[in-house]
Amino acid sequence: MSRRPLVREVPPTTWYFRQPRYMRYMSREITSIFVGAYCMFLVVGLQRLAAGPSAWEGFLQALTSPASIVFQFLALVAAVYHAATWFNATQKAMPVQIGEDFVPGNVISGAHYVAWAVLSVVILHLAGVF
Amino acid sequence: MPARGQRYLTDGFNVDTISTDVAIIGAGGAGLRAAIALAKTDPALRIALISKVYPMRSHTCAAEGGAAGVIKPDDSFDLHFDDTVGGGDWLSDQDCVEYFIHEAPKELQQLEHWGCPWNREADGSVAVRPFGGMKKKRTWFAADKSGFHILHTLFQTSLRFPSITRYDEYYALDLLVDDGRCQGVTAMEMRSGQLRQFHAKAVIIAGGGAGRMFPFSTNGAIKTGDGMAMAYRAGAPLKDMEFIQYHPTGLPNTGSLLTEACRGEGGIMVNKHGRRYLQDYGMGPETPVGQPQLKTMELGPRDRVSQAYWHELQKGNTVTTKWGECVLLDMRHLGEKKINERLPLVRELASSFLGIDIVKDPVPIRPVVHYMMGGISTNTTAATPLPGLFAAGECACVSLNGANRLGSNSLVELLVFGRRAALSAIEHIQGLPAANAAALNARAEETQLRIRELFSRTDGTESLYGLRKEMMDTMEKNVGIYRTEEGLQEGVSKIHELRQRYRRVILTDRTNVFNTDLFQVLELGSMLDCAEAVTVGALARKESRGSHQRLDYTERDDRNFLRHTMVHHQGLDVPRVDYLDVVITKSPPGVRDYSGDHK
Amino acid sequence: MTQMKQRQVQLEVLRYNPDTDTEAHFQRYEVSCNEEGVVLDALNKVKETVDPTLNYRWSCHMAVCGSCGMMINGEPKLSCHTFLRDYEGVIRVEPLAHFPIERDLVTAPDDFMEKLKRVKPYLIPKKKKPISEGEYKQTPAQLMKFRQYSMCINCMLCYAACPEYGLTPKFIGPAALTLAHRYNIDSRDGGRKERQEVVATAEGVWDCTFVGACSEVCPAHVDPASALQQMKITSSIDWIVEHLIPGGKSARDTVSREDAGDIS
Repeated sequence: MSRRPLVREVPPTTWYFRQPRYMRYMSREITSIFVGAYCMFLVVGLQRLAAGPSAWEGFLQALTSPASIVFQFLALVAAVYHAATWFNATQKAMPVQIGEDFVPGNVISGAHYVAWAVLSVVILHLAGVF
Repeated sequence: MPARGQRYLTDGFNVDTISTDVAIIGAGGAGLRAAIALAKTDPALRIALISKVYPMRSHTCAAEGGAAGVIKPDDSFDLHFDDTVGGGDWLSDQDCVEYFIHEAPKELQQLEHWGCPWNREADGSVAVRPFGGMKKKRTWFAADKSGFHILHTLFQTSLRFPSITRYDEYYALDLLVDDGRCQGVTAMEMRSGQLRQFHAKAVIIAGGGAGRMFPFSTNGAIKTGDGMAMAYRAGAPLKDMEFIQYHPTGLPNTGSLLTEACRGEGGIMVNKHGRRYLQDYGMGPETPVGQPQLKTMELGPRDRVSQAYWHELQKGNTVTTKWGECVLLDMRHLGEKKINERLPLVRELASSFLGIDIVKDPVPIRPVVHYMMGGISTNTTAATPLPGLFAAGECACVSLNGANRLGSNSLVELLVFGRRAALSAIEHIQGLPAANAAALNARAEETQLRIRELFSRTDGTESLYGLRKEMMDTMEKNVGIYRTEEGLQEGVSKIHELRQRYRRVILTDRTNVFNTDLFQVLELGSMLDCAEAVTVGALARKESRGSHQRLDYTERDDRNFLRHTMVHHQGLDVPRVDYLDVVITKSPPGVRDYSGDHK
Repeated sequence: MTQMKQRQVQLEVLRYNPDTDTEAHFQRYEVSCNEEGVVLDALNKVKETVDPTLNYRWSCHMAVCGSCGMMINGEPKLSCHTFLRDYEGVIRVEPLAHFPIERDLVTAPDDFMEKLKRVKPYLIPKKKKPISEGEYKQTPAQLMKFRQYSMCINCMLCYAACPEYGLTPKFIGPAALTLAHRYNIDSRDGGRKERQEVVATAEGVWDCTFVGACSEVCPAHVDPASALQQMKITSSIDWIVEHLIPGGKSARDTVSREDAGDIS
C-alpha cells in the first residue's frame, strides 16, 4: 500500500501560542488561579477572625502591605475579567426562546451585567460604603 | 518521474474482490434511499454503497427549494399529474407519473418520520410553498436548504443499518457484465489507488447528472455523469439526453443557484426598463407585486422563463453588468423577516458572491444549466434494459420529467425511485444462477488494462484542461437554450472529434494516492460520452419541445417526435439513435398554458 | 460588458505525496485570478494552468457540501467561501489541522465519521406511529428550537479549530455532539437516554473546556459551543436528579421504541 497518512502532532505545551483565540482562552483559564487564591485568602481571614481580636487585627494590618494590595488588585482584575467571560458565555449555555424567536444573546448577557451591578450596589450599601 | 506509483505498469492481475448482494453506485439522495430500503426490506442483504465522495458531499445537498407531494385538502393527485405531464410537454411516461405522484407523499412523510426538519404551519402540520408550474401549493420545504436536509436526514438514518457497508471515496469505473446481466462493478479506492471489483447480484446506479459538461452550471464539480457513462458503455441506452434544464435564476458570476422559491415566495423578474417581461412571453397578464399566482408570470415553468431571458437578450432589454448580460430578480418587497425565515441562503449567496443585499437591492441573474431530464433509460420499476442494472435519480430517465422537469419533483424522484430500484433489485436477485467468477475477473482485468494504459501512455498529446474547455465551449455554443441544425451539426462533429482526441490525453500525475488528475481525466471521459449523446439526440430531434428549443423547427411535432430518443453507445463510432414510444394513459398532448387566463 | 478585474494571487500550499515524500513541504504558486474570486478559484487555476498534481477536495462552490475545508493563513475555512479580497500578500494554504494528511490538502476524516455514527444522529421516535397516520406534529417554535443545530454540513472546521480535539483525540468533538443535541431537543425524539451513554461522558461533552473556537469558525452558524454547554447543563441536572433526589428519575429515562410501521 502506498497510503501513508501524515500525522501532525499538536505541541502539548505551546499550542495556545498558535492562535489569538487560544491565548484568550488561556488567559480566561488563568484568571481562575487568582479567583481561587483570593478565596483562600478570605478563608485565612475567617480563620484569623475566629482566632481572636489580636489575630484579626494582624490580618487587617497585613492587608495594607504593598504586596497584599498588589495581589488584591490583580485578583480584582482577574475576577472582573473572569466574570465578564462568564456572563458572555451565558447566552450560549442558556438560550431563551420565546415563541419562534430567541431572545438576543446580548440581552441575556446584559441581564447578568445588570444583576451584577444591582447586587454590587446592595453589598456596598450593606458594607456601609454609602 | 519516479516509478514508485506505477503499480499498474507491473504485470499481473491486481484487483481485490469484494462480494456483496447489491452494489449501489452513488451515495446521494437516491443511493442512500435505495440502501435504506434494501436494509429495511431484508436485513440479511449485504449492501455496498460506493461513492466517489462522502455521502454528505453529494450534490443533493445543493438543492434548495423543496419537494412536491400532494398533502393539502385543496390539492389532488390528478392536479399533480396534470402539472407534471404538462410541465414535461407530454414527454413524460404517464404510468410513471401516476406511480410517482401516489408514492410522493408517502416518501415525504417517511422523511418526516426520520427527522427531516420540514417547515411547519402554526398547527404543527407540514407547510407547503408554491413552485413554478405547479397549480397548487404542494412543495414541502426546509427553509431554502431542502436538499441539504433531505440528504443529511437520509445519511444519518442510514447509519442505523449495520448491513450497509459504505465505500466512501471509491471511484467506480466499469460495470461487470456477464451472461447478459450486470453482476458488479470495478472501482478504485481513491486514497490508495487500489483497484477493487465488487461482485454483486444487482447494481443500482445513482450517480447524478453531468451538468459539468457545460461551463456555466449550478452543478458541483462532482456532477460528471460517471454513472450515466458507465451504464451507456455497458450497453444500456441513454434516453432523452437532449433535454437540458436551464434554471432561470443563477448568479451571473459563479452560476450558484438562487432557488425557485425566490419566485414562489413572491420575487419578481424585471428587465432593464423595469418591465416584468414574462408577460410578453405567454405568462401574463401581470399579477400584483407580492401576490404570486400559481402557474403564471414568475411561477411559470423553468424552460419558458429561461427562454424568455434569451428573447430579452436578443431585444437588448437585459441589464449590462460586470458579470455579463442579466435580468433582475427583485425580492425587496418581501421584507427582511420573510427573507430571513424562508430564503436565508439566497440572501447569503447574493451578499457574499455579488455584494448585494436582496433586502435592499434587486439581484442580477441569468439562466444557468441546472438539471438533465435525460439519463439511463429506466422503466417505472427503475429497471434498465440491462438485466441486473437499476438506476434512480438524475442519472436515470424514468421519464417522469419529460421535456422539462418541474421544480421540486426531482427531490421526490430520488426518494420514490431510489426505493423502487431497491425493491426491483431484491426481486431480481431471487433465484439467480451462480456467478462465473472467472468471467467477471476477466472483465475486471479489462478495467485494469484501461487504467494501466493511461498510466503508461507515452504518446499523449492532448491536455485534460484543453479538451475539457473545448467540450464546455462546444456545449455552451451549440447546445444552449435555443438550438439550430447548423449549430448542432457542429456540436456533434466537434464532440466526436474530442472523443477521438481523448484517446491521447496526457495523465500528468502517475502516483497512487488521491490522484485527482487521474479522476479528472476519467471524469472527462464520462462527460464526453454524455455530451455526445446530448448532441446526437438534439440534432435528431427536429422539433421544439420543453427545454429543447430549435430555431429551425419551432413547433412541437407530436406526429414524429412524441417519443423518447434512445442513444446507444457504439465504441468510438458515432452512437446509434432509435426511439421509444411515450406511454400515454389518460392525458393526450395538449397546450401548455401558463397565462393568467388558464383555468 | 465591463470585464471583471484580475489580480495576482500568491499561494503557499502545503504539499505531501506519500509516494514520493517523507515530509510535507510548502510550495509557492502565483496565478492571476478574478478579484471577486475565492481561494478555491485560485487553487483551481493552479491545478489547471500550473500544477495538475496538486490535490484537494471540492464540489458545490456554495458552502453547503462541506468538502473544501482547509487552513487558510492558519484559520480553518471553506476555501469556496474565503474571498481573495480579504487577503493581501501570500496566502498560506494547509490541510485541515488535527486530521492525518492523505495527500496535499486532502485529509482523512475517518475519525469524525466513526464518532458521528456513535452519537446516534438520527430520530429515535418518542412514540412510533405508521406513515399512514401522517406526520408527527411539530410547531414552528419546536422546529426553531433545534433547527440551527441541524444546519451542520459536516465540514469538520470545528474539529480543526478545537484545541481539545487536537490534544485529546478521543474527544467526540463539536459537530458530532451538536448533532446528538439536535436530535435530543427535537420534539419528536425520545432517544436522549441512548445518546447520553455516549455523549455525557469524559470523552463526550465533559471533555469540552469551552474554548469556543468551534462556533467562531463554523461556516453554517451552527454554534456547537452553545449546544455543548446546554448538554452539560442537562447532564448535570440528570446527575442531580439521579443522585441527590430520593427516587428521582431524570428525563433521560424516557423510553424509546422500535420503529415498526415504516415503509421500506
